Amino acid sequence: MGYIERVTWSQVIVSAPVGIAYFLIVLPQLAGTSPDDIDWITPMLWSIGVGIVASIALSIVWGIVAGRGDRDAHLKDQRDREIEHFGDRVGQSFLTIGGIAALILAMVDAAHFWIGVTLFTGFFLSAFVGGLARLGAYRAGFQ
Amino acid sequence: MVRPTRVINHIRTLREAAGRTQADLAASVGVTRQTLIAIEQGRYSPTLELAFQLANALDRPLTDVFAYPEEP
Repeated sequence: MGYIERVTWSQVIVSAPVGIAYFLIVLPQLAGTSPDDIDWITPMLWSIGVGIVASIALSIVWGIVAGRGDRDAHLKDQRDREIEHFGDRVGQSFLTIGGIAALILAMVDAAHFWIGVTLFTGFFLSAFVGGLARLGAYRAGFQ
Repeated sequence: MVRPTRVINHIRTLREAAGRTQADLAASVGVTRQTLIAIEQGRYSPTLELAFQLANALDRPLTDVFAYPEEP
């Protein structure tokens, strides 16, 4: 497994539980609390920070364990760039949908909670689904 | 999901005949060993430039390394 693929695996493995944890922390509060009174910002900042640090840490540790003596360490070649662009194209649609949905929510004067969660959902799905698309391209093939 | 390529390559056969490893051949054309494996297995189609580089690295004409089946 190449360096870039390892980084992609790290990002996907970390983003899933971190994103799900955010939704599990924030969304259940709607049962008994008004959206205006829910602290959706602090958990979001924590999940983003933890996600970034954890994916970098996992990638580094994995690289140390698996990449010892690997000539290809940190090499990003043509195939890696093409698969990266492919993943970006797949994930971009979720960014667009999230952005449009947030725009509509702003137009109808929705609570900041809904706008923030909608945007976060778009970013999360973009990263997660885009990452899955990249992994599929690495494993199953890419033309 | 992935459209399989119809391009046929003989990279592995020619590489082994030349006594070269995957790592060695990959390094000579500037790709990772994983990318070379993907090309050999038909899971990735190289660019035209990379195809020429592989042919040059194997010291064979491009048509010895790659082939495309004629339409039935």
